[in-house]
Amino acid sequence: MLTQFNRRLLIAAAIGGAIAAGAPALAQDKSIVVASTTSTQDSGLFEYLLPLVKAKTGITVKVISQGTGQALDTGRRGDADVVFVHAKSAEEKFLAEGQGVKRYPVMYNDFVLIGPKSDPAGIKGMKDVGKALTAIMDKKADFISRGDKSGTHVAELALWKASGIDIEAAKGPWYKSIGQGMGAALNTAGAGNAYVLSDRGTWIHYKNKDQLAVLVEGDKRMFNQYGVMLVNPEKHPTVKKDLGQAFIDYLISPEGQKAIANYKINGEQLFYPNAEDRGA
Amino acid sequence: MTGETSALQLVLTGDPGLYAIVGLSLLVSLSAVLCAALIGVPFGALLALTRFPGRAGVIVVLNALMGLPPVVAGLAIYLLLSRSGPLGSLGLLFTPQAMIIAQTLLVTPIIAALTRQTVEDLWAEYRDELAALDVGPIGRVATLVWDARFSLVTALLAGFGRAAAEVGAIIIVGGNIDGFTRTMTTAIALETSKGDLPLAIGLGLVLIAIIILINALAWGARRAGERYAG
Amino acid sequence: MRAPLADLPVVLANATVVAGAVTILDRVSLTFAAGPPTVLIGPNGAGKTTLLRAAMGLTRLTQGEITWGGRADAPPTRRAILFQLPVMLRRSAAANIDYALGMTDVPRTQRIDELLALVGLQGLGRRPARRLSGGEQQRLALARALARDPAILFLDEPTASLDPAATKAIEDIIRAVAARGVKVVMSTHDLGQARRLGGDIVLLHRGRLIEHGPAKDFFDSPRSDETRKFIAAELLV
Ligand SMILES: Nc1ncnc2c1ncn2[C@@H]1O[C@H](COP(=O)(O)OP(=O)(O)OP(=O)(O)O)[C@@H](O)[C@H]1O
Ligand SMILES: [Mg+2]
Repeated sequence: MLTQFNRRLLIAAAIGGAIAAGAPALAQDKSIVVASTTSTQDSGLFEYLLPLVKAKTGITVKVISQGTGQALDTGRRGDADVVFVHAKSAEEKFLAEGQGVKRYPVMYNDFVLIGPKSDPAGIKGMKDVGKALTAIMDKKADFISRGDKSGTHVAELALWKASGIDIEAAKGPWYKSIGQGMGAALNTAGAGNAYVLSDRGTWIHYKNKDQLAVLVEGDKRMFNQYGVMLVNPEKHPTVKKDLGQAFIDYLISPEGQKAIANYKINGEQLFYPNAEDRGA
Repeated sequence: MTGETSALQLVLTGDPGLYAIVGLSLLVSLSAVLCAALIGVPFGALLALTRFPGRAGVIVVLNALMGLPPVVAGLAIYLLLSRSGPLGSLGLLFTPQAMIIAQTLLVTPIIAALTRQTVEDLWAEYRDELAALDVGPIGRVATLVWDARFSLVTALLAGFGRAAAEVGAIIIVGGNIDGFTRTMTTAIALETSKGDLPLAIGLGLVLIAIIILINALAWGARRAGERYAG
Repeated sequence: MRAPLADLPVVLANATVVAGAVTILDRVSLTFAAGPPTVLIGPNGAGKTTLLRAAMGLTRLTQGEITWGGRADAPPTRRAILFQLPVMLRRSAAANIDYALGMTDVPRTQRIDELLALVGLQGLGRRPARRLSGGEQQRLALARALARDPAILFLDEPTASLDPAATKAIEDIIRAVAARGVKVVMSTHDLGQARRLGGDIVLLHRGRLIEHGPAKDFFDSPRSDETRKFIAAELLV
């Protein structure tokens, strides 16, 4: 009886030890946590970029990909060292709260309006996204909204507004808010012959295109600016200030900017660096 | 894990990324089952042997917690381990340890509830004999757990199945960080969101194969043990 | 042969057990003192098992009192019981005995083999106990009870499921154990066995003690009508 108990105690001690030993080891290594958006993750940019960051700075970047709103909240709780998102107004609010140190523009890509090749609303080739959205609404053609407070969701709402449509009042059964990431929204749109707004990066990287195609693109209002911020170490003392800033410095350095520009899928460039454009 | 690869190719070519993910999945889920067993088995056994006011309520709640939604468990552990939470200073959020803790929370009620049932049945049988042998409370728990060990394997397997299959809790507390907290289930969720459904399904099949393998091993061990010890 | 028996005598004074509306034991007063075996007889449902369990300290009395060596709260360290339906621990036969030994101060070396041999189970030590036959299980349970080195041993129908040879073997063990100074209290439906083993006989009926006396007197010159009927194998109703 005693021997059984001893054996169990030993196992318990071993597990406790393993957990305890793991924690400091992880704290010591040169790594930071970056809260970013599903679009940067799903577009494959990080898989390409992070090894370059590691080679240049020695920093291991651990990316948590969430919607922009959730990513900023992760920063607000002090659970990330850097936030790398794409919703300028939300980012400025984050700064105003004192949660971030400084916002650096990094790059932009653009949104595209995706829809079924059959195009029931007849928007293919339109140059004015406002007219396209109005047509979708008039035809009550199915439209998938991220509905997750992500940067893409915020951009979508802004586009409705810019088109003179009060989507809160206008929406009906045709407007489906799914509360999920970009990939899930594309999957849903593909399955239900619906329209959806996507960032171009995710779209290019997306594997399950099937009946979906880009129908509207190139409108200036569809540009999608990414910004990066160090979470304020004065509010959150555990923030790895130096490593986080080193990561940001790399992103906005000529070398980092060139690396971003070089990320291509099927020969197509996904992101356009613009760190020197202070107003972006 | 990019490009036009299939899960089968990854397995056949011994893709180190895939093996790291499988390894982490097993490490996290098996550790969680072990921790949950160390808590749940004694707790379930004690609950089987004691009578106190409100016991029925505890059993109902415990049985209900077997269906605790993983996201809720994940969220609770997230709030606990967040830098702004009570245990934030440990710096465990977005680590494999956090995932083990969250899955332990999910699995413990399953193991405790099934242990309670198993031990209580055995207790009904052993009660007089152990009383006649003047066995104290700790000895009773130890004897019953030991003699029920082969039945308890089923409880552990149920717990493991739950841990290995869930994604809701670990994706919240682990963050699905590539190469660090990415497991089979979070990888499947990610590939699905990327629209790479064939790879997602392939990974799912690999996961199912692993779960079957573990169950087969446990089943074999149980059969061998029973043959030897009755 | 052994040191003063701390648990003896076992004294039941007006022992009464009531379950719901049923009185299972009705004001039974009895003393089990050192000496030859006491045998309990009586029809099914008479209360034999209940009396043995109460005397072992497993069943609480509703009224009355039991003392062991003068103490009312003696833990069952020097007494052991063989249940009517013995429970086999899910372990090997040897481990079942070892388990009972582990609860005592007895050194274990060789004891297990001795006890297995005593009940005729030599060589079966490694067999899972639950894969022994019913009779073998009964004998293993007896060995387990003896492993406790009891001062008083309660046996509830110890030969009920045994063949004649095994019954004879168990009776021999009981005699040997009794000869070593262990007080045996047993129940049986076998009146011949009661005659062969009993120093004194107790007849129970519907929870009441009908007659108690030395075996010879009990069988040869019963005092009560009910005893006479029971011995003549007439139905007691
Ligand atoms: N917990 C209980 N609740 C109600 N009745 C009980 C309980 N335990 C025993 N009895 C009843 O008490 C009576 C005596 O039971 P007991 O087991 O002592 O009889 P017994 O003399 O050992 O009979 P048998 O020869 O069949 O073994 C029976 O009628 C039985 O049904
Ligand atoms: Mg009986």
